[in-house]
Amino acid sequence: MGGGRGTARQYDLTPHLASGQFPHRFGCVFKKVDQRIVTHAPTVLGQLHGLANPHRFMGFASAATPWCMALAGTLLIAGLYGALFAAPADYQQGDSARIMYVHVPAAWLAMAGYSGIVIASAIGLIFKHPLADTAAKSMALPGAVFTALALITGSLWGKPTWGTFWVWDARLTSVLVLLFLYVGYMAIWEAIEEPTRAARAAAILALVGAVNVPIIHYSVEWWSTLHQGTSVLRKDGPSMPWSMLWPLLSMAFAYQALFAGIVLVRMRSEILERRLRTRRLSLGEEAP
Amino acid sequence: MWEFLAMGGKAAYVWPSFLISAVAIGALVAWSYHRLRRAKEMLALLEEDKP
Amino acid sequence: MRAFWGLVWRDTVLAARIGGGFGLGFGFFALVIALVPLGVGPDPETLRQAAPGLLWLAAILSVLISLDRLFQADFEDGTLDILRLSPMPLELMVLAKVLAHWLTACLPLVLAGPLLCPILGLPVEAMVPTGLTLLAGTPALSLIGAIGAALSVGVRRGGLLIAAICLPLFAPTLIFGAGALKAAVDGTEMLTPLVLLAAQSLFALAIAPWAAAGALRVNMT
Repeated sequence: MGGGRGTARQYDLTPHLASGQFPHRFGCVFKKVDQRIVTHAPTVLGQLHGLANPHRFMGFASAATPWCMALAGTLLIAGLYGALFAAPADYQQGDSARIMYVHVPAAWLAMAGYSGIVIASAIGLIFKHPLADTAAKSMALPGAVFTALALITGSLWGKPTWGTFWVWDARLTSVLVLLFLYVGYMAIWEAIEEPTRAARAAAILALVGAVNVPIIHYSVEWWSTLHQGTSVLRKDGPSMPWSMLWPLLSMAFAYQALFAGIVLVRMRSEILERRLRTRRLSLGEEAP
Repeated sequence: MWEFLAMGGKAAYVWPSFLISAVAIGALVAWSYHRLRRAKEMLALLEEDKP
Repeated sequence: MRAFWGLVWRDTVLAARIGGGFGLGFGFFALVIALVPLGVGPDPETLRQAAPGLLWLAAILSVLISLDRLFQADFEDGTLDILRLSPMPLELMVLAKVLAHWLTACLPLVLAGPLLCPILGLPVEAMVPTGLTLLAGTPALSLIGAIGAALSVGVRRGGLLIAAICLPLFAPTLIFGAGALKAAVDGTEMLTPLVLLAAQSLFALAIAPWAAAGALRVNMT
């Protein structure tokens, strides 16, 4: 995430503030910042107060994070044991079916993560709740990482199974487009520096993306039948035996707990960074 | 042991997928915690400066 | 309503005079198409196979490069603020600007795009379907593109952001546009994808003005 340079957010202004001297470049930045203080200080301050009791959330989050991580760790150990030792190899695919235990949970999270972003964005847009914006932003990168993992492990699974790393199958293609949607969503957060504005814009994009997801899904499905794509991913025929199911469920819950933990950590740092930003803006007000 | 590592001849696909997942998720967790710690430190630094 | 058509007229005339006019978008489109054989080779069969997708990709690219002008110029010189203060609803203003964009950036493709069929190895009979699919699908490109353009108004390197936002959302339009054209070239039934393509344009018409107006409100505070 390159983001733009030369903005108040990226530079650490503290040393310049302390010395009271600003190089010309920073002078420009400060003119901007001053304007922004005049226009935005009330909203920014109001936002911090309106953060639905940020202290209470921070307390809850820092208490809940270790539990999430511990739960994830326990389930992960159990799931990995099950996936690598306890579960039998697939009678058709052999041991390469074990990739399922890291692929399917990631794929579930890819979709759950985007749904989470959409729900949080809707709440943020309707109720103007900054915590919801923070949640939506914090879910973006983990969601994108899990989407990428679903694609990578999927193609590693595809090579021994279908003989090729990539087929333009409907499901794979949809997930690929989903990854692009994540990228666009993160890009808009990076591009707009004022947090409230970025939150609104990103929320609009998330909702537009959400109404487009079914369209993309069905169009890709239509497209893959048009091209007579080898329908390698059949709807699962035989139901999975318990010995394969429990490791899968264990891994899936482990991934979900991990996702929750990561999102909580990221939300906390997001809130702290916003607080930091307001502090710096108010310092900038006092400096001259 | 060797048989386990060979994964029925599919080792070249099974282990990379587990490894990549572990590395990516590990990096995500580590980076998220690092960001939190840095934000805490910066905030503490600013609070110190304030009378 | 007079204000609406006035705005359409103003934007069209402005684009015609400043932005290189109707020719530039089509020029870019033709250039991309003309470079394709240099890349994939002159074999007519290969070109014919790839032609529907290439025509549509070139159309998407030429729409994409014209999108950053949609709101940005008026945002920079303050016209957008004045328009926002006018009694015309912002949604309607967006619609007027999108219509003007379609007239200047897409209509030339619809009218002149089919002329490029022969150089991609397509038969003359494919010209009408080419124009037809472009006519049905390009409104969706302009409308969805307006959302991206509105979201990146006043943003540094907005052009890159528009591409990152719009390209994944263009995927269904590309699929049905190229699919309908391919069906026409292969002589199979093209009505279904064509109708679905038009349905996308209608659907985009239903959501894009609201989303783009909302994005403009956000970015103009």
